[in-house]
Amino acid sequence: MIRVQNLVKRFGTFTAVDNVSFEVAEGEIFAFLGPNGAGKTTTIKMLTTLLRPTGGSIELDGLNPEVKQNEARRRFGIVFQDPSLDGELTAWENMEIHGVLYHVPHKARRQRMEALLKQVELWDRRNDQVKKFSGGMKRRLEIARGFLHTPKILFLDEPTLGLDPQSRNQLWTHVKAVNEADKVTVFLTTHYMDEADRVAHRIGVIDHGKLVTVGTPAEIKQQTNTESLEAAFLALTGSTIRDESAGSADQMRQFAKMWSGGKR
Amino acid sequence: MSAIYILWLREMKRYLRSRVQVVASLGQPILYLVVLGFGLGPVFQRAGNGSYLQFVAPGVIGMTVLFSSIFSGLGLLWDRQFGFLKETLVAPVPRLQIMIGRTLGGATVAVLQGLLVTVVCVIAGFRPANLATVPLALGFMLLIAMVFAGLGVAVGSSLQDMQGFQLIMNFLVMPLFFLSGALFPLDGLPRVLAAATMVDPLSYGVDGMRAVLLGRAHYGAMIDFEVLAIIAVVFIVFGAYRFSKIEI
Repeated sequence: MIRVQNLVKRFGTFTAVDNVSFEVAEGEIFAFLGPNGAGKTTTIKMLTTLLRPTGGSIELDGLNPEVKQNEARRRFGIVFQDPSLDGELTAWENMEIHGVLYHVPHKARRQRMEALLKQVELWDRRNDQVKKFSGGMKRRLEIARGFLHTPKILFLDEPTLGLDPQSRNQLWTHVKAVNEADKVTVFLTTHYMDEADRVAHRIGVIDHGKLVTVGTPAEIKQQTNTESLEAAFLALTGSTIRDESAGSADQMRQFAKMWSGGKR
Repeated sequence: MSAIYILWLREMKRYLRSRVQVVASLGQPILYLVVLGFGLGPVFQRAGNGSYLQFVAPGVIGMTVLFSSIFSGLGLLWDRQFGFLKETLVAPVPRLQIMIGRTLGGATVAVLQGLLVTVVCVIAGFRPANLATVPLALGFMLLIAMVFAGLGVAVGSSLQDMQGFQLIMNFLVMPLFFLSGALFPLDGLPRVLAAATMVDPLSYGVDGMRAVLLGRAHYGAMIDFEVLAIIAVVFIVFGAYRFSKIEI
């Protein structure tokens, strides 16, 4: 379902993703793990047409997203690392915009929106503005939105960041359920090793832009001779702390907070 | 087409829900209108130019449309910040449609703001000279809105974050306003200032509004219309090009 060959992304002289190749089969849950700044998000951005690769090739459901961009886009859903909802609009309106942008026919759209909002337990809050939602509710809404156009592939970029254990548990239960019911292929990144161990069929570990290993959680533990995935991860990537300089987005978030008094 | 409509509708909903901001945005025009209108009125009158309130009202309306439309384009930065931009950029819709939807939405909001300020002007004592040509003022408002919504998107697409915002405010938006002749007549200016006003698109917008509302113009309504229409096309094409190049 996803085929990546010799993928490279350079920013100036810095190589963020360095000759990465892997495949994800249909219906598989694939976890992409790595320390901060290892190249996870850059890889997801290239897979989802937000960044152009410097080199190598990508195939999504047999399509080259660089050539058949819109066809490829229709096949995947994505939940971004940070929220991508319009806070001024209601949950229902956010879903509606998504449905229209993805060409979901009117009647099917309404039915799916109702079913999905009920599934993530936001149906009662559908007419509330999203800015009044908690972090967990926003995440649930984004997950529901990601499924609205029945994607074949779902990208989840650290979807459980900042969620309480209850919300995390519910999120993964839900992801596993749709994966099993509709054979949706899931590509996820996370910093919580126990989550990856629990939901992923296979795991790829990336460090300094290079793919270190790919295998089932059991294989990786065996390979590194460790008991837990956490220990395996540290064995593979070392225990030095990685510093990630605050990107322009983070700086701007600070600025925005100052400016609007956190109103938006 | 439905993508353009839904993104236009989004801008409308956001506008209609931000009542506090709507009221807040009226503060500056009212200040210019009342303080300058009445404060400079006697001097202006003595110089033989007639009522300053009459003169400045079309300028204040033009200013409102300028600010509102250019900020709607720069609103791109907010959407980048709050993530919604990504949602539209990964959607299976050509970027041109997304840009057009946003720009039309922003332009519509700017025209609505312009109409609101027009009402304020009338309340303050502004009286159009010829009621028959008043509807044409709406056309000029729309042209001003398209010009600067396009420019706003072009600038917004080129910036990574809000760092450059102050720069844009002081070196683009305010000069556009002050050099437009919104506050002073364009006749008999020093040569450098005259040249600067001639390259400011808003000059033609304000001049066009004065032509249809007051029957007095520096360039003439037809030239104003032609210049604005051409610049609107150029800026929107440029904005669409810059928007198509955004990488996150």
